[in-house]
Amino acid sequence: MPGSDNSAALSCSDLDRLMPMHLTVSPAGIITRAAPTLAKLMPSHELVGRAFLDVIEPFRPRNIRTLSDLRKAADGPLHLRFREAPTTTFKGLAVPIAAEGGLLVNLSFGIAVADAVRDHQLNGADFAHTDLTVEMLYLIEAKTAVMNESRNLNIRLQSARVAAEEQAYTDTLTGLKNRRAMDHILCRLIGTGARFALMHLDLDYFKDVNDTLGHAAGDHVLQVVAKVLVEETRNADTVARVGGDEFVLLFDRQVTPHKLRRIAERIIEQLENPVAFEGHTCRISGSVGITMSTLYPDPSAEQMLADADAALYASKHRGRACVTLVTELDGRAGKVTGQKRRSA
Amino acid sequence: MHGLINRSVQCFLRDAYGSETWSEISRAAGLGFDNFEALLGYEDDLTDRVLAAASDRLAKPVEVLMEDLGTYVIATPGFDHLRRLLRFGGASFVDFLHSLDDLEDRVRLAVPELSLPRLAVQDFDADRLTLCCRFERPGWGHVVVGVLRAMADDYGALVVIDHRGDGAGADLITVEILDTGFAQGKSFALGVSAA
Repeated sequence: MPGSDNSAALSCSDLDRLMPMHLTVSPAGIITRAAPTLAKLMPSHELVGRAFLDVIEPFRPRNIRTLSDLRKAADGPLHLRFREAPTTTFKGLAVPIAAEGGLLVNLSFGIAVADAVRDHQLNGADFAHTDLTVEMLYLIEAKTAVMNESRNLNIRLQSARVAAEEQAYTDTLTGLKNRRAMDHILCRLIGTGARFALMHLDLDYFKDVNDTLGHAAGDHVLQVVAKVLVEETRNADTVARVGGDEFVLLFDRQVTPHKLRRIAERIIEQLENPVAFEGHTCRISGSVGITMSTLYPDPSAEQMLADADAALYASKHRGRACVTLVTELDGRAGKVTGQKRRSA
Repeated sequence: MHGLINRSVQCFLRDAYGSETWSEISRAAGLGFDNFEALLGYEDDLTDRVLAAASDRLAKPVEVLMEDLGTYVIATPGFDHLRRLLRFGGASFVDFLHSLDDLEDRVRLAVPELSLPRLAVQDFDADRLTLCCRFERPGWGHVVVGVLRAMADDYGALVVIDHRGDGAGADLITVEILDTGFAQGKSFALGVSAA
Protein backbone atom coordinates (compact mmCIF):
# COMPACT_ATOMS: atom_id res chain seq x y z
CA MET A 1 0.00 0.00 0.00
CA PRO A 2 1.73 3.19 -1.13
CA GLY A 3 2.27 5.81 1.53
CA SER A 4 1.86 3.35 4.35
CA ASP A 5 5.37 1.83 4.28
CA ASN A 6 6.56 3.79 7.28
CA SER A 7 3.46 3.53 9.42
CA ALA A 8 3.40 -0.17 8.79
CA ALA A 9 6.66 -0.37 10.68
CA LEU A 10 5.10 1.26 13.74
CA SER A 11 2.70 -0.65 15.90
CA CYS A 12 -0.33 1.07 17.37
CA SER A 13 1.27 1.04 20.81
CA ASP A 14 4.39 2.70 19.35
CA LEU A 15 2.20 5.42 17.88
CA ASP A 16 0.42 5.83 21.23
CA ARG A 17 3.73 6.32 23.01
CA LEU A 18 4.94 8.83 20.45
CA MET A 19 1.64 10.65 20.10
CA PRO A 20 -0.70 9.92 23.01
CA MET A 21 -3.20 12.44 21.63
CA HIS A 22 -3.66 11.28 18.07
CA LEU A 23 -6.52 9.67 16.30
CA THR A 24 -6.97 7.98 12.95
CA VAL A 25 -9.84 8.60 10.59
CA SER A 26 -11.00 6.20 7.89
CA PRO A 27 -11.51 7.37 4.28
CA ALA A 28 -15.21 7.51 5.12
CA GLY A 29 -14.50 9.97 7.96
CA ILE A 30 -15.06 7.56 10.85
CA ILE A 31 -12.69 7.57 13.83
CA THR A 32 -10.95 4.21 13.82
CA ARG A 33 -8.63 4.74 16.73
CA ALA A 34 -8.12 7.23 19.60
CA ALA A 35 -4.86 7.27 21.50
CA PRO A 36 -5.15 6.87 25.30
CA THR A 37 -4.78 10.49 26.46
CA LEU A 38 -7.32 11.68 23.93
CA ALA A 39 -9.69 8.91 24.99
CA LYS A 40 -9.23 10.07 28.60
CA LEU A 41 -10.50 13.55 27.71
CA MET A 42 -13.94 12.22 26.85
CA PRO A 43 -14.43 9.38 29.28
CA SER A 44 -18.20 9.28 28.86
CA HIS A 45 -18.15 9.04 25.08
CA GLU A 46 -16.61 6.38 22.93
CA LEU A 47 -14.74 8.18 20.18
CA VAL A 48 -14.05 5.20 17.98
CA GLY A 49 -16.83 4.52 15.48
CA ARG A 50 -18.18 8.08 15.39
CA ALA A 51 -17.76 10.50 12.49
CA PHE A 52 -14.70 12.70 13.10
CA LEU A 53 -16.50 15.91 12.11
CA ASP A 54 -19.43 15.08 14.43
CA VAL A 55 -17.08 14.94 17.38
CA ILE A 56 -14.54 17.58 16.51
CA GLU A 57 -15.07 20.96 14.91
CA PRO A 58 -12.15 22.45 12.98
CA PHE A 59 -12.63 26.22 13.47
CA ARG A 60 -9.48 27.52 11.79
CA PRO A 61 -9.13 27.53 8.86
CA ARG A 62 -12.83 28.29 8.52
CA ASN A 63 -15.41 26.48 6.46
CA ILE A 64 -14.19 22.93 6.91
CA ARG A 65 -17.44 21.01 6.55
CA THR A 66 -16.47 17.77 4.87
CA LEU A 67 -13.62 15.32 5.08
CA SER A 68 -12.45 16.47 1.70
CA ASP A 69 -12.26 20.08 3.04
CA LEU A 70 -10.16 18.70 5.89
CA ARG A 71 -7.86 16.82 3.53
CA LYS A 72 -7.29 20.00 1.55
CA ALA A 73 -6.52 21.97 4.71
CA ALA A 74 -4.31 19.22 6.08
CA ASP A 75 -1.13 20.84 4.77
CA GLY A 76 -1.37 23.69 7.24
CA PRO A 77 -1.95 24.16 10.96
CA LEU A 78 -5.39 23.26 12.28
CA HIS A 79 -7.30 24.66 15.24
CA LEU A 80 -10.00 22.37 16.50
CA ARG A 81 -12.34 21.85 19.43
CA PHE A 82 -14.70 19.22 20.79
CA ARG A 83 -18.26 19.93 19.74
CA GLU A 84 -19.58 18.71 23.11
CA ALA A 85 -18.51 19.58 26.64
CA PRO A 86 -15.72 19.76 27.57
CA THR A 87 -15.18 22.08 24.61
CA THR A 88 -11.41 21.81 24.93
CA THR A 89 -9.52 23.46 22.07
CA PHE A 90 -6.54 21.90 20.33
CA LYS A 91 -3.78 22.61 17.90
CA GLY A 92 -3.71 19.89 15.30
CA LEU A 93 -1.76 18.45 12.45
CA ALA A 94 -3.26 15.98 9.97
CA VAL A 95 -1.33 13.68 7.66
CA PRO A 96 -2.70 11.22 5.09
CA ILE A 97 -2.11 7.62 6.09
CA ALA A 98 -3.58 5.76 3.16
CA ALA A 99 -3.99 6.36 -0.52
CA GLU A 100 -7.75 6.06 -0.12
CA GLY A 101 -7.82 9.20 1.94
CA GLY A 102 -7.54 8.16 5.57
CA LEU A 103 -6.00 10.69 8.01
CA LEU A 104 -3.93 10.64 11.14
CA VAL A 105 -4.70 13.71 13.23
CA ASN A 106 -2.34 14.54 16.06
CA LEU A 107 -3.57 17.01 18.67
CA SER A 108 -1.99 19.12 21.39
CA PHE A 109 -3.41 21.58 23.90
CA GLY A 110 -1.46 24.62 22.77
CA ILE A 111 -1.61 27.66 24.99
CA ALA A 112 -4.54 26.40 27.09
CA VAL A 113 -2.44 23.48 28.34
CA ALA A 114 -2.56 24.40 32.05
CA ASP A 115 -6.37 24.56 32.09
CA ALA A 116 -6.69 21.35 30.10
CA VAL A 117 -4.35 19.43 32.40
CA ARG A 118 -6.30 20.64 35.40
CA ASP A 119 -9.76 20.06 33.91
CA HIS A 120 -8.94 16.55 32.71
CA GLN A 121 -6.71 15.63 35.68
CA LEU A 122 -3.88 14.51 33.45
CA ASN A 123 -0.50 13.43 34.78
CA GLY A 124 3.02 13.07 33.46
CA ALA A 125 2.35 9.62 32.04
CA ASP A 126 -0.37 11.06 29.80
CA PHE A 127 2.24 12.89 27.74
CA ALA A 128 5.02 11.60 25.56
CA HIS A 129 8.33 11.64 27.37
CA THR A 130 9.65 14.06 24.73
CA ASP A 131 6.68 16.40 25.16
CA LEU A 132 7.52 19.65 26.98
CA THR A 133 4.12 19.93 28.65
CA VAL A 134 5.43 19.04 32.10
CA GLU A 135 8.25 21.58 31.77
CA MET A 136 5.70 24.11 30.59
CA LEU A 137 3.52 23.47 33.64
CA TYR A 138 6.55 23.69 35.88
CA LEU A 139 7.41 27.08 34.36
CA ILE A 140 3.86 28.37 34.69
CA GLU A 141 3.82 27.43 38.36
CA ALA A 142 7.26 28.83 39.05
CA LYS A 143 6.36 32.04 37.23
CA THR A 144 3.11 32.36 39.18
CA ALA A 145 4.90 31.91 42.50
CA VAL A 146 7.53 34.50 41.59
CA MET A 147 4.92 36.92 40.26
CA ASN A 148 2.99 36.65 43.53
CA GLU A 149 6.12 37.52 45.47
CA SER A 150 6.79 40.33 43.05
CA ARG A 151 3.30 41.71 43.45
CA ASN A 152 3.60 41.60 47.23
CA LEU A 153 6.93 43.38 47.02
CA ASN A 154 5.41 46.07 44.80
CA ILE A 155 2.53 46.58 47.21
CA ARG A 156 4.96 46.95 50.10
CA LEU A 157 7.18 49.36 48.15
CA GLN A 158 4.14 51.39 47.12
CA SER A 159 2.97 51.70 50.74
CA ALA A 160 6.47 52.66 51.77
CA ARG A 161 6.54 55.34 49.07
CA VAL A 162 3.19 56.76 50.17
CA ALA A 163 4.36 56.75 53.78
CA ALA A 164 7.60 58.50 52.80
CA GLU A 165 5.64 61.11 50.85
CA GLU A 166 3.39 61.70 53.80
CA GLN A 167 6.40 62.22 55.99
CA ALA A 168 8.12 64.52 53.51
CA TYR A 169 8.62 68.15 54.44
CA THR A 170 9.59 69.53 51.04
CA ASP A 171 7.48 70.88 48.22
CA THR A 172 9.01 69.04 45.27
CA LEU A 173 8.28 71.76 42.69
CA THR A 174 9.87 74.71 44.49
CA GLY A 175 12.12 73.09 47.05
CA LEU A 176 10.40 75.21 49.73
CA LYS A 177 8.92 73.68 52.86
CA ASN A 178 5.45 72.21 52.42
CA ARG A 179 2.26 72.66 54.43
CA ARG A 180 3.16 69.78 56.75
CA ALA A 181 6.54 71.30 57.56
CA MET A 182 5.00 74.74 58.11
CA ASP A 183 2.37 73.34 60.51
CA HIS A 184 5.12 71.58 62.38
CA ILE A 185 7.35 74.66 62.69
CA LEU A 186 4.42 76.94 63.56
CA CYS A 187 3.40 74.63 66.40
CA ARG A 188 6.98 74.51 67.63
CA LEU A 189 7.26 78.33 67.62
CA ILE A 190 4.00 78.65 69.55
CA GLY A 191 5.00 75.84 71.91
CA THR A 192 8.28 77.52 72.81
CA GLY A 193 6.56 80.87 73.32
CA ALA A 194 8.65 82.50 70.57
CA ARG A 195 7.92 86.03 69.34
CA PHE A 196 7.36 85.69 65.64
CA ALA A 197 5.32 86.98 62.70
CA LEU A 198 3.21 84.98 60.29
CA MET A 199 2.88 86.29 56.73
CA HIS A 200 0.34 84.83 54.33
CA LEU A 201 1.12 85.57 50.67
CA ASP A 202 -1.19 84.83 47.78
CA LEU A 203 -0.07 85.44 44.20
CA ASP A 204 -2.16 87.81 42.05
CA TYR A 205 -2.81 87.09 38.35
CA PHE A 206 -1.13 83.67 38.66
CA LYS A 207 -4.24 81.93 37.35
CA ASP A 208 -4.00 84.06 34.16
CA VAL A 209 -0.44 82.80 33.57
CA ASN A 210 -1.57 79.20 34.01
CA ASP A 211 -4.62 79.65 31.82
CA THR A 212 -2.98 81.51 28.96
CA LEU A 213 0.55 80.03 28.90
CA GLY A 214 -0.02 76.62 30.45
CA HIS A 215 1.14 74.75 33.53
CA ALA A 216 4.79 74.69 32.50
CA ALA A 217 4.80 78.52 32.58
CA GLY A 218 2.96 78.43 35.91
CA ASP A 219 5.51 76.03 37.37
CA HIS A 220 8.35 78.23 36.18
CA VAL A 221 6.78 81.32 37.79
CA LEU A 222 6.36 79.42 41.08
CA GLN A 223 10.05 78.53 41.02
CA VAL A 224 10.99 82.19 40.42
CA VAL A 225 8.68 83.22 43.27
CA ALA A 226 10.32 80.65 45.54
CA LYS A 227 13.74 82.12 44.71
CA VAL A 228 12.51 85.66 45.51
CA LEU A 229 11.06 84.54 48.84
CA VAL A 230 14.25 82.77 49.87
CA GLU A 231 16.36 85.79 48.89
CA GLU A 232 14.16 88.26 50.76
CA THR A 233 14.16 86.29 54.00
CA ARG A 234 16.78 85.25 56.54
CA ASN A 235 17.99 81.68 57.00
CA ALA A 236 16.16 81.42 60.31
CA ASP A 237 12.84 82.27 58.66
CA THR A 238 10.52 79.66 57.24
CA VAL A 239 9.17 79.87 53.70
CA ALA A 240 6.50 77.32 52.82
CA ARG A 241 4.29 76.75 49.82
CA VAL A 242 1.00 75.71 51.37
CA GLY A 243 -1.25 75.61 48.32
CA GLY A 244 -1.19 76.12 44.55
CA ASP A 245 -0.12 79.79 44.69
CA GLU A 246 -0.24 80.37 48.42
CA PHE A 247 2.76 80.79 50.67
CA VAL A 248 3.23 81.17 54.40
CA LEU A 249 6.33 82.84 55.82
CA LEU A 250 7.29 82.64 59.49
CA PHE A 251 9.68 85.29 60.84
CA ASP A 252 11.31 84.20 64.06
CA ARG A 253 11.95 87.09 66.50
CA GLN A 254 10.62 89.69 64.10
CA VAL A 255 7.43 91.35 65.28
CA THR A 256 7.99 95.01 64.44
CA PRO A 257 5.03 96.05 62.24
CA HIS A 258 6.84 98.59 60.06
CA LYS A 259 9.74 96.21 59.41
CA LEU A 260 7.37 93.41 58.45
CA ARG A 261 5.47 95.77 56.16
CA ARG A 262 8.74 96.78 54.48
CA ILE A 263 9.75 93.12 53.94
CA ALA A 264 6.34 92.38 52.43
CA GLU A 265 6.48 95.40 50.15
CA ARG A 266 9.94 94.46 48.97
CA ILE A 267 8.73 90.92 48.19
CA ILE A 268 5.76 92.26 46.17
CA GLU A 269 8.09 94.61 44.31
CA GLN A 270 10.32 91.67 43.35
CA LEU A 271 7.34 89.52 42.37
CA GLU A 272 6.23 92.22 39.96
CA ASN A 273 9.43 91.90 37.93
CA PRO A 274 8.35 90.32 34.63
CA VAL A 275 9.34 86.67 34.23
CA ALA A 276 10.38 85.42 30.78
CA PHE A 277 9.17 82.00 29.72
CA GLU A 278 9.75 80.59 26.24
CA GLY A 279 9.50 83.97 24.55
CA HIS A 280 6.50 85.11 26.63
CA THR A 281 6.45 87.52 29.53
CA CYS A 282 4.63 86.51 32.68
CA ARG A 283 3.47 89.26 35.03
CA ILE A 284 2.20 88.54 38.49
CA SER A 285 2.03 90.28 41.81
CA GLY A 286 1.09 89.31 45.35
CA SER A 287 -1.19 90.21 48.23
CA VAL A 288 -0.09 89.85 51.83
CA GLY A 289 -1.70 89.53 55.25
CA ILE A 290 0.41 89.63 58.41
CA THR A 291 -0.13 88.77 62.04
CA MET A 292 2.23 88.60 65.01
CA SER A 293 2.34 86.18 67.93
CA THR A 294 2.66 89.13 70.30
CA LEU A 295 -0.94 90.14 69.52
CA TYR A 296 -2.24 87.10 71.37
CA PRO A 297 -1.95 86.27 75.06
CA ASP A 298 -2.31 82.62 74.14
CA PRO A 299 -1.63 82.27 70.41
CA SER A 300 -2.90 79.27 68.46
CA ALA A 301 -1.82 78.14 65.00
CA GLU A 302 -5.42 78.01 63.83
CA GLN A 303 -6.19 81.53 65.01
CA MET A 304 -3.02 83.08 63.62
CA LEU A 305 -3.55 81.44 60.22
CA ALA A 306 -7.20 82.57 60.15
CA ASP A 307 -6.25 86.14 61.08
CA ALA A 308 -3.44 86.32 58.50
CA ASP A 309 -5.91 84.98 55.97
CA ALA A 310 -8.47 87.66 56.87
CA ALA A 311 -5.75 90.32 56.49
CA LEU A 312 -4.74 88.82 53.15
CA TYR A 313 -8.32 89.07 51.88
CA ALA A 314 -8.50 92.65 53.00
CA SER A 315 -5.41 93.24 50.81
CA LYS A 316 -7.09 91.53 47.86
CA HIS A 317 -10.19 93.61 48.51
CA ARG A 318 -8.18 96.81 48.48
CA GLY A 319 -7.10 96.10 44.91
CA ARG A 320 -4.29 93.56 45.23
CA ALA A 321 -0.54 94.07 45.56
CA CYS A 322 -1.26 95.38 49.05
CA VAL A 323 -0.02 94.55 52.53
CA THR A 324 -2.42 94.41 55.47
CA LEU A 325 -1.57 93.86 59.10
CA VAL A 326 -4.16 92.19 61.28
CA THR A 327 -4.10 95.27 63.49
CA GLU A 328 -5.39 97.36 60.60
CA LEU A 329 -8.48 95.27 59.94
CA ASP A 330 -11.73 97.23 60.23
CA GLY A 331 -13.27 96.88 63.63
CA ARG A 332 -10.41 94.77 64.79
CA ALA A 333 -7.64 97.27 65.16
CA GLY A 334 -6.49 97.16 68.72
CA LYS A 335 -9.14 94.58 69.51
CA VAL A 336 -7.02 91.64 68.58
CA THR A 337 -4.67 92.41 71.40
CA GLY A 338 -5.81 90.87 74.59
CA GLN A 339 -8.61 89.02 72.86
CA LYS A 340 -8.68 85.33 73.35
CA ARG A 341 -10.76 84.23 70.38
CA ARG A 342 -10.36 80.57 70.86
CA SER A 343 -12.62 80.70 73.87
CA ALA A 344 -15.23 82.70 71.94
CA MET B 1 22.36 35.17 49.56
CA HIS B 2 19.10 35.45 47.71
CA GLY B 3 16.08 36.89 49.50
CA LEU B 4 14.13 33.68 48.89
CA ILE B 5 16.60 31.81 51.07
CA ASN B 6 16.76 34.51 53.73
CA ARG B 7 13.00 34.84 53.74
CA SER B 8 12.70 31.07 54.24
CA VAL B 9 15.10 31.24 57.19
CA GLN B 10 13.04 34.06 58.66
CA CYS B 11 9.69 32.29 58.18
CA PHE B 12 11.10 29.08 59.64
CA LEU B 13 12.45 30.77 62.77
CA ARG B 14 9.31 32.87 63.18
CA ASP B 15 6.87 29.97 62.71
CA ALA B 16 8.85 27.50 64.79
CA TYR B 17 9.90 29.78 67.65
CA GLY B 18 7.57 32.82 67.54
CA SER B 19 7.74 36.39 66.24
CA GLU B 20 9.25 37.64 69.48
CA THR B 21 12.16 35.21 69.20
CA TRP B 22 12.66 36.05 65.54
CA SER B 23 12.88 39.75 66.41
CA GLU B 24 15.47 39.00 69.07
CA ILE B 25 17.49 36.93 66.59
CA SER B 26 17.33 39.59 63.89
CA ARG B 27 18.47 42.20 66.42
CA ALA B 28 21.27 39.97 67.69
CA ALA B 29 22.38 39.40 64.09
CA GLY B 30 22.43 43.18 63.60
CA LEU B 31 20.14 43.08 60.58
CA GLY B 32 18.66 46.53 61.20
CA PHE B 33 15.33 45.32 59.84
CA ASP B 34 12.81 42.66 60.71
CA ASN B 35 11.73 41.39 57.32
CA PHE B 36 13.70 39.94 54.42
CA GLU B 37 12.22 40.64 51.00
CA ALA B 38 11.96 37.43 49.00
CA LEU B 39 12.95 39.04 45.70
CA LEU B 40 15.92 41.14 46.77
CA GLY B 41 19.53 40.09 47.13
CA TYR B 42 21.44 40.27 50.43
CA GLU B 43 25.06 40.02 51.50
CA ASP B 44 26.06 36.38 52.05
CA ASP B 45 27.27 36.89 55.59
CA LEU B 46 23.84 38.19 56.67
CA THR B 47 22.44 34.67 56.45
CA ASP B 48 25.41 33.26 58.36
CA ARG B 49 24.92 35.86 61.07
CA VAL B 50 21.20 35.07 61.39
CA LEU B 51 21.87 31.34 61.66
CA ALA B 52 24.63 31.88 64.22
CA ALA B 53 22.40 34.21 66.25
CA ALA B 54 19.56 31.67 66.09
CA SER B 55 21.90 28.89 67.22
CA ASP B 56 22.97 31.06 70.18
CA ARG B 57 19.50 32.16 71.16
CA LEU B 58 17.94 28.69 70.82
CA ALA B 59 20.95 26.77 72.15
CA LYS B 60 20.83 24.39 69.18
CA PRO B 61 23.64 23.44 66.81
CA VAL B 62 23.44 25.30 63.47
CA GLU B 63 23.37 21.92 61.64
CA VAL B 64 20.19 20.90 63.46
CA LEU B 65 18.51 24.20 62.69
CA MET B 66 19.49 23.90 59.03
CA GLU B 67 18.06 20.43 58.72
CA ASP B 68 14.83 21.63 60.35
CA LEU B 69 14.80 24.50 57.88
CA GLY B 70 14.99 22.03 54.98
CA THR B 71 12.05 20.05 56.33
CA TYR B 72 10.10 23.22 57.05
CA VAL B 73 10.25 24.60 53.49
CA ILE B 74 8.80 21.36 52.10
CA ALA B 75 6.32 20.34 54.75
CA THR B 76 4.81 23.76 55.56
CA PRO B 77 1.51 24.43 53.78
CA GLY B 78 2.48 28.05 53.05
CA PHE B 79 5.43 26.82 51.00
CA ASP B 80 3.39 24.41 48.90
CA HIS B 81 4.69 25.85 45.62
CA LEU B 82 8.22 24.68 46.47
CA ARG B 83 7.06 21.15 47.24
CA ARG B 84 5.07 21.13 44.02
CA LEU B 85 7.95 22.44 41.91
CA LEU B 86 10.16 19.65 43.27
CA ARG B 87 7.47 17.04 42.64
CA PHE B 88 7.64 17.96 38.96
CA GLY B 89 11.03 16.23 39.05
CA GLY B 90 9.59 12.74 38.87
CA ALA B 91 6.67 10.44 39.49
CA SER B 92 8.51 8.39 42.14
CA PHE B 93 10.97 9.28 44.88
CA VAL B 94 13.76 7.54 42.96
CA ASP B 95 12.92 9.53 39.80
CA PHE B 96 12.90 12.63 41.96
CA LEU B 97 16.37 11.88 43.38
CA HIS B 98 17.77 11.46 39.88
CA SER B 99 16.11 14.69 38.76
CA LEU B 100 18.19 16.59 41.34
CA ASP B 101 20.95 16.61 38.72
CA ASP B 102 18.75 19.05 36.76
CA LEU B 103 17.77 21.13 39.76
CA GLU B 104 20.15 23.93 38.88
CA ASP B 105 18.70 24.30 35.37
CA ARG B 106 15.15 24.12 36.67
CA VAL B 107 15.83 26.78 39.27
CA ARG B 108 17.46 28.99 36.66
CA LEU B 109 14.30 28.82 34.56
CA ALA B 110 12.24 30.07 37.48
CA VAL B 111 14.52 32.59 39.23
CA PRO B 112 17.69 33.19 37.20
CA GLU B 113 19.59 34.96 39.99
CA LEU B 114 18.89 32.36 42.68
CA SER B 115 21.90 30.23 43.48
CA LEU B 116 21.23 27.00 45.38
CA PRO B 117 23.44 24.10 46.47
CA ARG B 118 24.52 22.12 43.37
CA LEU B 119 23.59 18.47 43.63
CA ALA B 120 25.06 15.61 41.62
CA VAL B 121 24.03 11.98 41.82
CA GLN B 122 27.34 10.16 42.19
CA ASP B 123 26.81 6.46 42.42
CA PHE B 124 23.65 4.53 42.67
CA ASP B 125 22.07 1.13 42.49
CA ALA B 126 18.47 0.10 42.91
CA ASP B 127 18.10 1.06 46.56
CA ARG B 128 20.99 3.31 47.42
CA LEU B 129 22.50 6.45 45.99
CA THR B 130 24.94 9.16 46.98
CA LEU B 131 24.42 12.83 46.29
CA CYS B 132 27.31 15.24 46.25
CA CYS B 133 26.31 18.72 47.40
CA ARG B 134 28.45 21.80 46.79
CA PHE B 135 27.70 25.35 47.83
CA GLU B 136 29.69 28.50 48.43
CA ARG B 137 28.58 28.57 52.08
CA PRO B 138 29.24 25.70 54.46
CA GLY B 139 26.54 23.65 56.10
CA TRP B 140 23.89 23.75 53.43
CA GLY B 141 24.12 19.99 52.96
CA HIS B 142 22.12 19.80 56.19
CA VAL B 143 19.32 21.80 54.61
CA VAL B 144 19.37 19.37 51.67
CA VAL B 145 19.06 16.46 54.13
CA GLY B 146 15.99 18.10 55.65
CA VAL B 147 14.50 18.66 52.20
CA LEU B 148 15.14 15.02 51.20
CA ARG B 149 13.56 13.68 54.39
CA ALA B 150 10.43 15.79 53.82
CA MET B 151 10.26 14.84 50.14
CA ALA B 152 10.56 11.14 51.01
CA ASP B 153 7.55 11.59 53.30
CA ASP B 154 5.78 13.44 50.54
CA TYR B 155 6.27 10.52 48.16
CA GLY B 156 5.51 8.00 50.88
CA ALA B 157 8.98 6.42 50.66
CA LEU B 158 10.82 4.96 53.64
CA VAL B 159 14.47 5.98 53.50
CA VAL B 160 17.58 6.28 55.64
CA ILE B 161 19.58 9.41 54.97
CA ASP B 162 23.16 9.79 56.06
CA HIS B 163 25.29 12.91 55.85
CA ARG B 164 29.06 13.32 55.93
CA GLY B 165 31.67 15.69 54.61
CA ASP B 166 33.96 14.57 51.80
CA GLY B 167 36.87 16.39 53.38
CA ALA B 168 37.13 18.76 50.40
CA GLY B 169 34.34 21.21 51.17
CA ALA B 170 31.48 19.22 49.67
CA ASP B 171 28.78 17.30 51.52
CA LEU B 172 28.08 13.67 50.69
CA ILE B 173 24.53 12.55 51.32
CA THR B 174 23.70 8.87 51.12
CA VAL B 175 20.09 7.86 50.64
CA GLU B 176 19.12 4.27 51.28
CA ILE B 177 15.68 3.40 49.99
CA LEU B 178 14.00 0.75 52.14
CA ASP B 179 10.52 0.93 50.70
CA THR B 180 9.16 3.19 47.97
CA GLY B 181 5.53 2.51 48.81
CA PHE B 182 5.84 2.64 52.59
CA ALA B 183 3.08 5.16 53.09
CA GLN B 184 0.38 6.84 51.06
CA GLY B 185 2.34 10.05 50.52
CA LYS B 186 0.82 13.35 49.51
CA SER B 187 -1.13 13.68 46.32
CA PHE B 188 0.36 15.56 43.44
CA ALA B 189 -1.67 16.59 40.41
CA LEU B 190 0.08 18.36 37.57
CA GLY B 191 -2.72 20.86 37.25
CA VAL B 192 -3.32 23.30 40.09
CA SER B 193 -6.93 23.89 41.01
CA ALA B 194 -7.76 27.56 40.70
CA ALA B 195 -7.23 28.91 44.20
